[in-house]
Amino acid sequence: MVPKPTFSEEIGSLLHAAHSNPLKTCIQCGTCSGTCPVAKFMDHSPRRVIAMINAGLKDRVLNSNTFWYCASCYYCTVRCPRGIDIAGLMYALKRYSIWKNRYQEGLVGPVFSETFVKTIMKSGRSYEPVLATSYLFTFGVPEFLQEAQTATNLMLKGRIPVLPPRIKRLENFRRMVRRIIPIGGAS
Amino acid sequence: MKTYAYFPGCSLEKMALSYHQSAIETTRMLGVELKELEDWNCCGATAYFHVDELLAHTLCARNLAMAEQEHLDVVAPCSGCYKNLYFARADLGRDPDLAEHINYALEEDNLHFTGSSAVRHLMEVFVDDVGLEELKTKVTQPLDGLRVAPYYGCQILRPRKNHEDVEQPRFFEDLLTAIGAVPVEYALRLRCCGGALILTSRRSALSLVRNLLQSAVESGAAVIATACPLCQVNLECYQKQVSQEFGTEFSIPVVYFTQLVGLAFGIPPKSLGIGSELVSTRDVLSYAAK
Repeated sequence: MVPKPTFSEEIGSLLHAAHSNPLKTCIQCGTCSGTCPVAKFMDHSPRRVIAMINAGLKDRVLNSNTFWYCASCYYCTVRCPRGIDIAGLMYALKRYSIWKNRYQEGLVGPVFSETFVKTIMKSGRSYEPVLATSYLFTFGVPEFLQEAQTATNLMLKGRIPVLPPRIKRLENFRRMVRRIIPIGGAS
Repeated sequence: MKTYAYFPGCSLEKMALSYHQSAIETTRMLGVELKELEDWNCCGATAYFHVDELLAHTLCARNLAMAEQEHLDVVAPCSGCYKNLYFARADLGRDPDLAEHINYALEEDNLHFTGSSAVRHLMEVFVDDVGLEELKTKVTQPLDGLRVAPYYGCQILRPRKNHEDVEQPRFFEDLLTAIGAVPVEYALRLRCCGGALILTSRRSALSLVRNLLQSAVESGAAVIATACPLCQVNLECYQKQVSQEFGTEFSIPVVYFTQLVGLAFGIPPKSLGIGSELVSTRDVLSYAAK
């Protein structure tokens, strides 16, 4: 029987429409972690996450907040001496965890991303007021008030859209999407 | 007159309308026409790529295919849109199966992607396509002595590697010098503003914004210039929240590079969308009004 792919192989091949990411070549130099502006907010640094993936520690990786704290600044990617696309790896982990429906409780990232996708499917363009519903509920009272104040100031300056924008050929757009993800009669 | 297919992106419709206005005004003076892509859709931002890479590429490919129909290169003013469109074109170009799959979907909108339209960031139009020598000939109100912190941010540079030196770029500084301003040197000019983390991981993003503001202010900058709506919003609109969170007292204006270029071209501030900021730009305008 053919052995199952390791966790590292699974994650490595979740990139660029299945062009693999050379995670196994990581030399643990730590350039990514030293470069990452958000590393100090992560449960595990990017270097450590790569080591954990290569060691097959799937549960611990999926339970960490690391990849949901990646801001996609790509500093690690351009600096990695082994050519690993580390930001791309973080994307792959996000998709993997959404696919498995397993992520650390309390994280806003997964809910936000799914709300974003639904918004685009509905109208073809992004609309801030709908997106806000996915993260505001996680805020405490002081943060909520601060965010409300910022939104009010922006609205007074005419910077918040009142009506959701829509593309014109929305029906074509939706049919286009259904050719990528067939959803049967549920249109 | 050189014409581009202009992809404004969702932020420029409202939140960053001033970037849109100033982009149109300044390029017009340079003999460049930004022809808005008819019926463009969202590029997928970062969030779409978190969920489904294939669909995210399809969203980008639809925009690229529309530009190809017009035989025009694409220009994006937002660094996030730019990065997505640029790499969608590169990935589809490298992978014929992927392109074929996506083209099958694009048939539903009577479109076909071939990769014939290149993707440019708006700043590249100024710096590379028009060129700074040509740009200088339009400067009538040089911003003499205005100390500006050029904030590159991320995706205008990264992850592209065949760029001008990705670790030590100078094009933003050169552009500011060309309009008479003084670019200040500061350590964090290429560091991340937090992007969408401002919504999903607020504390971490506020901390990044705080460090950036600190670095720019300590360098003696009177204003920060950006080339991305996400950077502008994080650095400007969240200054108050940063102060509430960290007990700091920042009040530094953050404008789009096109607004500074426009002032140097003598375009009235109002036409450049100046006046929609949360942090006053009065000090900047005092350099422009002669």
